Amino acid sequence: MDPMNYIVLAAIVFTIGAVGVLVRRNAIIVFMCVELMLNACNLAFVAFARMHGGIEGQVIAFFVMVVAAAEVVVGLAIIMQIFRTRRSASIDDANLLKN
Amino acid sequence: MIPLSLSETTLPTVTTQAPDLDYWLLSPLLVVFAAGVIGVIVEAFVPAQRRYSIQTALAMVAVGVAFVLTLVQVGALPADSAGLTLAFATVVVDRPSLFFQGVILALALASLLLIAERRDGESAFTGQAAAVPGSEEERAHVLAGSQHTEVYPLVMFAVLGMQLFTAANDFLTMFIALEVMSLPLYLLCGLARRRRLFSQEAALKYFLLGAFSSAFFLFGIAMVYGYAGAVEFAAVRAAGSSGGLIDGGEPLLLIGIAMIGVGMLFKVGTVPFHNWKPDVYQGAPTPITALMASGTLVAAFGAMLRVFYVAFGTTVAQWRPMLWVVAILTMVVAAVIAVTQRDIKRLLAYSSVVHAGFILTAVVAANADGLTGAMFYLAAYGFTTVGAFAIVTLVRNPDNGAEAGDLTQWAGLGRTSPFLAASLGLFLLAFAGIPLTSGFIGKFAVFEAAVAAGATPLVVVGVLSSAVTAFFYVRIIVLMFFAEPAENAPRVLKPGILTGTTVGLGVAATLLLGILPGPVLEHVIPQPAAETSEAVAAEHTAADSLFAR
Repeated sequence: MDPMNYIVLAAIVFTIGAVGVLVRRNAIIVFMCVELMLNACNLAFVAFARMHGGIEGQVIAFFVMVVAAAEVVVGLAIIMQIFRTRRSASIDDANLLKN
Repeated sequence: MIPLSLSETTLPTVTTQAPDLDYWLLSPLLVVFAAGVIGVIVEAFVPAQRRYSIQTALAMVAVGVAFVLTLVQVGALPADSAGLTLAFATVVVDRPSLFFQGVILALALASLLLIAERRDGESAFTGQAAAVPGSEEERAHVLAGSQHTEVYPLVMFAVLGMQLFTAANDFLTMFIALEVMSLPLYLLCGLARRRRLFSQEAALKYFLLGAFSSAFFLFGIAMVYGYAGAVEFAAVRAAGSSGGLIDGGEPLLLIGIAMIGVGMLFKVGTVPFHNWKPDVYQGAPTPITALMASGTLVAAFGAMLRVFYVAFGTTVAQWRPMLWVVAILTMVVAAVIAVTQRDIKRLLAYSSVVHAGFILTAVVAANADGLTGAMFYLAAYGFTTVGAFAIVTLVRNPDNGAEAGDLTQWAGLGRTSPFLAASLGLFLLAFAGIPLTSGFIGKFAVFEAAVAAGATPLVVVGVLSSAVTAFFYVRIIVLMFFAEPAENAPRVLKPGILTGTTVGLGVAATLLLGILPGPVLEHVIPQPAAETSEAVAAEHTAADSLFAR
């Protein structure tokens, strides 16, 4: 199968994630959409590695997974803290900083 | 037991070699990293009341030692060296990267002085971040005098990320550095002692938008990897002139440049990716704002210059129009919005956005003068902005001790606290680019480079935008010196030795770089070599001709 199909799939998944970030209002869902975007990047890396016949892209995918895991730790801590304060994870409720 | 089904023949042969790490050349990074790791261990094993002194000393010594090591390495670098690559060519040591690292470390030290400042045992950071604001638990922690000394290791990791961001030699290292820099900053933003809801909100916004933009950055890297088959800057550069690995792969490169550009422009905070900046700068604890406004900006532009000058140095025509549009939008939109601001931290944030637009004109120039101009501008702006935020920490509401951000409260400060108002006045004049301050020389340098590269319309917009911004800087100076003190006049704290040093450093740098810029421009900032031939530039050298010296 043509590896280019996987690139197209990665682009579609990335777009779904990006649209999700822009339209969803729950911080957890927004964050999940960001993770979806990172996974789309991984798919693209692996597919390109296959096309080029190297392993560099696959190695990069591992690094990205570790970074995504670290991001989850930091992100969930921040979202949890906001939720405990406000009893809501909606990013529309977080609007004090507007002049 | 299931035998391994993969035979050796089906695997790509990978030659493993022992890592050859030049620890001496990596030492500025390693010292800061070690301080971060030791800081975490200190948190785990040292009793709470002794952590503050140990952590402050550790952080400041580490940053100071790393700064000295950077200076020594500048001296040790051979005069004709184009730079060295280390650690499997993932890190580059050349004069621009050492310059940016030195500036970042100096600015980090100035910010650390603000971070370490305590008044009556109270730092700028909350005693217990996990306690809900306004709860019994929070009150108990305030009474017990708890404090978060985890701030120091977090700052160390952020500084490490900034250093590595400017010294990365491939896109993967740069992405890792971006995250190492950003993740601690997201947390630090949410740790303010007062106005904790604002602070938490700032952390949430910064985190979600930051993660969003780094996903774009990463997808851009994936596209460039698809085009060039490698993520090293030199390989991407070579592919840019030879045409890539895939037939008809040009769109991949263009998408890649655009998306990497989005990630970069978000980090430097230019229109239309600037929305996080005023909110985060206002909500974050002011010492952290000082670190972000100076160090992060220097790091992000250092990385941006390397990406666009080295990796995309052979495809200038493709990315220049994009940066033209962004630079013009930034200089116009941010200047206009800044005029309407009522809060000093938001105003400084919009000012930072406008300055990012000015520095962007140097990136657009894509010539040697653009590089040196941007370097001077970043150093000058960094010190001025750290000083300005240091002053913001000193002006407090009389009733609750929170910082008095409202500009109307600053009226008449020139009469009650002349030294403080005069220092802020000097910083504002430097932001406006008045002669005899560092801001003037910086603006002159970047605009000159842009004109030399044929971007005259950009410079005209820049000068007009400077005029608009000068209006609101001067308005604050007039307010401070020629208006009656306000009803709710703020309480001005006496600067302690730490904050005082930071303000003094800012004043000294602003005046010195403004009155005697010559020595710095000649000796400190690396002068690019004369034009190197295209053949040499296209080789897999560590850096391109502009970064060579």
